Amino acid sequence: MDFDLSEEQRLLKESVDGLLKNSYDFDQRKKYGAEKGGWSKAVWGKLAEQGLLGLPFSEEDGGFGAGAVETMIVMEALGRALVLEPYLATVVLGGGFLRRGGSAAQKAAHIPGIIDGSKTLAFAQLEKNSRYDLGDVSTTAKKKGDGWVIDGEKFVVLNGEAADTLVVTARTKGAQTDRNGIGVFLVPRDAKGVSVKGYPTQDGMHAADITFTGVEVGADAAIGDPENGLPLIEQVVDDARIAMCAEAVGAMDESLKLTVEYLKTRKQFGVPIGSFQTLQHRASDMFVMLEQARSMAMLATMAGDFDNAKERATSVAAAKVQVGKSSKFVGQQSIQLHGGIGMTMEASIGHYFKRLSIIENTFGDTDYHLQRVADGSGLI
Amino acid sequence: MDLSLTPEEQAFRDEVRAFFRDNVPASIKKKLQENRHTTKQDMVDWTRILHKKGWAVTHWPKEWGGTGWTPVQQYIFNEELQATPAPPPLPFGVNMVGPVIYTFANEAQKKHYLPRIANLEDWWCQGFSEPGSGSDLASLKTKAERKGDKYIVNGQKTWTTLAQHADWIFCLVRTDPAAKKQQGISFLLIDMKSKGITVRPIVTIDGGREVNEVFFDDVEVPAENLVGEENKGWDYAKFLLGNERTNIARVGASKERIRRIRELAASVQSGGKPVLEDPKFREKLAAVEVELKALELTQMRVVANEGKHGKGKPDPASSILKIKGSEIQQTTTELLMDVIGPFAAPYDVHGDDDSNETMDWTAQIAPAYFNYRKVSIYGGSNEIQRNIIAKAVLGL
Repeated sequence: MDFDLSEEQRLLKESVDGLLKNSYDFDQRKKYGAEKGGWSKAVWGKLAEQGLLGLPFSEEDGGFGAGAVETMIVMEALGRALVLEPYLATVVLGGGFLRRGGSAAQKAAHIPGIIDGSKTLAFAQLEKNSRYDLGDVSTTAKKKGDGWVIDGEKFVVLNGEAADTLVVTARTKGAQTDRNGIGVFLVPRDAKGVSVKGYPTQDGMHAADITFTGVEVGADAAIGDPENGLPLIEQVVDDARIAMCAEAVGAMDESLKLTVEYLKTRKQFGVPIGSFQTLQHRASDMFVMLEQARSMAMLATMAGDFDNAKERATSVAAAKVQVGKSSKFVGQQSIQLHGGIGMTMEASIGHYFKRLSIIENTFGDTDYHLQRVADGSGLI
Repeated sequence: MDLSLTPEEQAFRDEVRAFFRDNVPASIKKKLQENRHTTKQDMVDWTRILHKKGWAVTHWPKEWGGTGWTPVQQYIFNEELQATPAPPPLPFGVNMVGPVIYTFANEAQKKHYLPRIANLEDWWCQGFSEPGSGSDLASLKTKAERKGDKYIVNGQKTWTTLAQHADWIFCLVRTDPAAKKQQGISFLLIDMKSKGITVRPIVTIDGGREVNEVFFDDVEVPAENLVGEENKGWDYAKFLLGNERTNIARVGASKERIRRIRELAASVQSGGKPVLEDPKFREKLAAVEVELKALELTQMRVVANEGKHGKGKPDPASSILKIKGSEIQQTTTELLMDVIGPFAAPYDVHGDDDSNETMDWTAQIAPAYFNYRKVSIYGGSNEIQRNIIAKAVLGL
């Protein structure tokens, strides 16, 4: 039982925190968000330079072979600075499919570009009516010769506009909600028949709705078994949930810090408002919720590599429940304790609240995951 | 980072688990499962079993019977004990006055009192709270005047848990009325058989008799019963209250309770199917399981931190353990109310002691729900814990 970081992990944390401290304050973030695609190529280059984009990939594939804890460290730091760059979409999701399910040729074709920062990815999964069910897929991939033809519509694809390559879930057989018959395909974003409509999201990131019309890809586009891709999808999406739990912890940590700072400096009735017990207790409750979320984010981080998929899924679902509840409480109370200033676009605190809110509704909200825990045979 | 137990720790857990499985008397275990009160004799019997094994005062220094276990081992021991369930060693002696004695008392006092605590020859109770001094403990008024080689004690203590069984009471008393609040308080050990002590029960809303008022009317206490220095009692009290907070999460006990809720909810019918299959109930149960899992991890973080950086001041983050631990315990009592529904109502006039042989398993569910409102009040109320976090952690 050991919760401390190793020496290397501590150095990693220092380096990513240091980088973001110097290059990612609130004003800089605003500038990055206004760049094409909604994030900064220069910042992405710096992340690549520091080796952060190669962390989870094996040394054989040119990466560092780092584990889940390293991803947790990075995601927490990204959450603390509200980073817009597509780390989740590219390294965790896109990279996750390649790392966990890709063939040697697929890895060789894509991973070096991820690591050196020249290529980004996006995961096209959500459909009009699929909501949080990963097995609900109506986009089709039909066999044509050796390759596949993809038709369908995907929504809110994070980094969908800027990505070079899309990782697309599509049905190769069966009915819309069958667990079998789902494949995962690599599709160049500029392939013929791919139409991308990009837009900013509520939390300042960028996403896209993407239509696939008769998009032809080769046999080598399929990652893993094209007729039984759901277990891989579930695992990689769990990776993303785990990463987002850490990101949320970073965002909550910073929210509480900003809020406590505000309570100490804002004066009313001639005293700092932090001297009022009502506000002190609210801040204490925020701390409790944050630490409970941090504990569960750690549990989820460890669960990511469980061999037993059911155990992994239940632990991750439980983490998402706690982090969702904590995010809502910390996010809302941060605004409340800031008062009017918390309502303004100029203050950073509201942007933390917005990111936390969107994280909660990504890959299953609190109710969805609570249901998953309830359906299981118990966590205790 | 590694959240799992080492193979040695796992082996230790298995050993402890097996010991509790084989040695907790069945009647005591059943009482705890059904939330009935254990008797004084139950506690004496159980303490002697633990003592024989060398596990009655596990966290004490080795020379006084401790085990020398690591914080992680202590944690495992407590978890397994609660999850069995087995009664925890009587806290007033083992966790409260014992550590004060071996840390601050003189050799003669250590030699006399500590072995008697370990074997439960002396049943201790705690004389801190007074009618006018609850959360604001330092405002206490019970006074001890020095006359020759004696103190004369006058005043009243309250909320004194199980004083009806007690042989001794450790008291905070005011020895210097002129000094500022926290100064002028001393830590005094008083024989409950002394002339002038009256114990009066306080019946709580569950009908139980756990707590008492204790009155002191010109009680003569030998001056040698003073612990440490006169007027330094507040320091010893703070030390004691810091120790009290470490075991307060009661994660193991809540785990046992949740397993029991599952079991009972599977056996009680609602609308032609077990309550456990009711989606609303399942969600509520899942929600508390998530909270408990999070608390377990938080507790492990506090324990691991203590193991790494040594036992110092109690981690202010341990206030989280008190707040969430008490809330979860309370929620489990609510879930049991949900399980039995209308059968929460019948009141068993025969009480819950050994003479009541036909007691139904449902009888103590409502009383436990009522009784557990105490857990967010005692040991520093949850509001006091929030004050601690605000000041010590957030710097407000």
